Amino acid sequence: MVSNSHPILGMILQRLALGLLSLLIVSIVIFTAVSMLPGDFASAVLGRSATPETVAAFQQNLGLDQPWPRRYFQWLAGALIGDFGNSFSNRPVSAVIGSRLFNTLKLAALTAMIAVPIAVFLGTICARYRNKPIDRFLSAITLASISLPEFFIAYVLMLFLATKLHIFPTLSSIRGSMDMLEQLHRMALPVLTLMFVTLAHMMRNTRAALIGIMSHPYIEMARLKGEPEMRIILRHALPNAIGPIASVIAINLAYLIAGVVVVEVVFVYPGIGQTMVDAVRNRDVPVVQACALIFAANYIILNLVADLVSIVSNPRLLHPR
Amino acid sequence: MIDRSIKILLTAAFLDSSLFPKAALTTAIRKIAWFLPARKSANKGELKMSDARIREMNFWADRYRNGGISRREFLGRASALAAVSAAGLGFNPATLLASEPKQGGYARFGMSDASQQDTLDPGTWPTSFAEAAFNGSLCNNLTEIAADGSIVGDLAESFEPADGAKKWIFKIRNGITFHDGKSLTIKDIQEAFHYHMGDKSTSGAKSLLSQVESIDADGPNTIIFNLKSGTADFPYLVADFHLSIMPAKEEGGIDWQRGVGTGSFILENFEPGSSVKMKRNPNYHKNNKPYFDEVEFIAIMDQTARLNAFLTGEVDFSGDIDVRNMALIDRNPELEILRIPSLRHFTFDMDTTAKPFDNLDVRLAMKYALDRDDILRKVFLNEAKKGNDTPVASAMPFFKDPTPQFDYNIEKAKEHLAKAGLKTLDVDLSVSEAAFPGATESAVLYKEHAAKAGININIIREADDGYWENVWLKKPFNGCDWYGRATCDWLFSTAYAADASWNNTHWNNPRFNELLVAARSETDNDKRAAQYGEMQQLLHDDGGVITVAFVNWVYGLNKKIAHGPVSGIFPCDNLRMTERWWMA
Repeated sequence: MVSNSHPILGMILQRLALGLLSLLIVSIVIFTAVSMLPGDFASAVLGRSATPETVAAFQQNLGLDQPWPRRYFQWLAGALIGDFGNSFSNRPVSAVIGSRLFNTLKLAALTAMIAVPIAVFLGTICARYRNKPIDRFLSAITLASISLPEFFIAYVLMLFLATKLHIFPTLSSIRGSMDMLEQLHRMALPVLTLMFVTLAHMMRNTRAALIGIMSHPYIEMARLKGEPEMRIILRHALPNAIGPIASVIAINLAYLIAGVVVVEVVFVYPGIGQTMVDAVRNRDVPVVQACALIFAANYIILNLVADLVSIVSNPRLLHPR
Repeated sequence: MIDRSIKILLTAAFLDSSLFPKAALTTAIRKIAWFLPARKSANKGELKMSDARIREMNFWADRYRNGGISRREFLGRASALAAVSAAGLGFNPATLLASEPKQGGYARFGMSDASQQDTLDPGTWPTSFAEAAFNGSLCNNLTEIAADGSIVGDLAESFEPADGAKKWIFKIRNGITFHDGKSLTIKDIQEAFHYHMGDKSTSGAKSLLSQVESIDADGPNTIIFNLKSGTADFPYLVADFHLSIMPAKEEGGIDWQRGVGTGSFILENFEPGSSVKMKRNPNYHKNNKPYFDEVEFIAIMDQTARLNAFLTGEVDFSGDIDVRNMALIDRNPELEILRIPSLRHFTFDMDTTAKPFDNLDVRLAMKYALDRDDILRKVFLNEAKKGNDTPVASAMPFFKDPTPQFDYNIEKAKEHLAKAGLKTLDVDLSVSEAAFPGATESAVLYKEHAAKAGININIIREADDGYWENVWLKKPFNGCDWYGRATCDWLFSTAYAADASWNNTHWNNPRFNELLVAARSETDNDKRAAQYGEMQQLLHDDGGVITVAFVNWVYGLNKKIAHGPVSGIFPCDNLRMTERWWMA
């Protein structure tokens, strides 16, 4: 009986080990890439007063005059014991990233809480009424919203709901001093935009997964037994489609955390995407590294969770012979 | 997978707006939505006072505010003007009087250039966000540049040179306190300057202060700067934003981390890259100032987002308005555009030591082959001032417009080319949008203009990222965006002296360099004016700089906020908009 839990446990351990390896590779790639970019933090932060001698003094101060492999290993030694060091602007990296990461998670969670149930629900409806007007209508809308770049959707929403109708504010720059209600009010437009972007993808995949399963012989069997169509979908098809649905949801969640920098810029939302872009622009390597690791870990963990869900939901994978 | 890569591409395109016509797109969206009700429309039927009269009225209002005329006189003139412009046109002199400074209000400034790497360290502050918040609101300098461009005391009550301007003596105002209640002492000022000096210093003001030998206290209220050589402009230099006075630490050095200064506003909250919130300093040393109760600087980097926030009243001020969006603001009667002549100018710089630009006639041919009016019209939509191949802006002391004005002249260009023994000429021009906004468009127009004179300009599009590291100062012919300096000496020593670290034209004119040193310690203003005049003429005749245009600082301002004359030596009303402006 012990062997039953082994496949899952083994997989988790294996995936985590691979995940750590990926993180290491990511950190090397990012560090090399940022080091090869022209300019450095000293010239960025001094702006128009960056005379050569000041830049040199700055570089010496930050250790930027040392060769990059040496700087990398210094950083790695710190990171291994959980010390991500100080940003070049002399604040701990955790202080730079902390509140921003929290904001991003808040936005992602809010969007997912609304978008995921709607997506699965609409996807089921589409599969049930496949090729009927409602399916065609929803498909057309979702395909359109997939095809449009997210900043376009953002600007259209902003124009109608903020500039013309004054329902929501255009600025989503939430700050600690605002109360919960105002923060939610300000987050409405980014949430709405991200919903449009992710909902379509998740709904299309739910629909496709369900339709794929509906062509199996056992569904036909259920039909021949005289089961109502909705019951067939919910009881027979949906449980078997959980695997693919979970993986597309995971990808979208990962995207909501790591890929929404454009929406952040448009609505001036203080999230972590902008932190990373800012840090790259200023060549603030410790912050860039920390962001990259967070993004990579986020993809690795969410994909792991998705795989776990599909294994647990599939008895054939859960109890391999 | 394809979907994802397209998204990434679009993201890249979005972040690099030169690749994707985002502005055009948003304009298109606005056009589609014409049928929706606009927020408020202008009263089209209402007649308006003629522009000339409004200008005159504003002139008298300014005079009144500055104490030049009495209230009675102002009211008299105002009502006379109103009567001339025919009765009942909705004009009332009292409305202008309402813009007399008064206390109160909460002003929000939408800024374009914040960064998460911003700190309170006065050695950095690379952009107007940190400069206006931390220098202009939180701190003071010994001197400040007044709205008319003259230099006046700030923390210093008075200042005077001695010993051929090798010594500068500043008398410090009495009874000034920091926000935490501590009194300002000479030691604070000494440490504030020492912080930027010395080999170890990482401050942007390091080279500026390299001429300072020592800083001595003379009694509790006098501080003496001993300079290595005479510098008549020294009071201007101490107005540089880096040289903010902050409290000294017991053991030496300054305590910038706490965010305490002597300035008009007290720091309440600073979220790097996001916002700075400040409240009024009730003990400020200038009469009645500041006027706002609270101010907030809000970082809105994206241009469209900033415009939207401004149009919907989320912020009262917007930095860096795009010329293409000006009409949108002009149409709205509640908003105004401030066009402040600045020191900022865009140039194409020729390396005077590299072939073919080492030949003066080639340089002159290049100067005549550029149709500046065409570029002003097409690239800057006439929102800029034509350059005349000097870097000195008209707002600066000792400005002199050299003659002749370089204009598009194919004949003269050909003539100079022939003098150089050439029939045709091939040159490479390195530009990118990072060089200056509109650089690539200007270069393309330049190519067309020059082709008619037999000059073939090959445009090399450089990468935006790294432009200042790899192209500027390195390629023989490149585009450059200059923010200018407050004085001729400062400007020339930074970028045109033979040994200047930013000498992009690699120009080495013995007469110019000799005059630069002579004028620096000259305290006779007439002589200095003659010297700087000659230097500007030299730059114009012999230099390698092709000044395309001087641009304005362009800000959007809600008419809720009133202001006196606005100066553009530094951005944001010389960084002091928070203390100079008020709620109308």
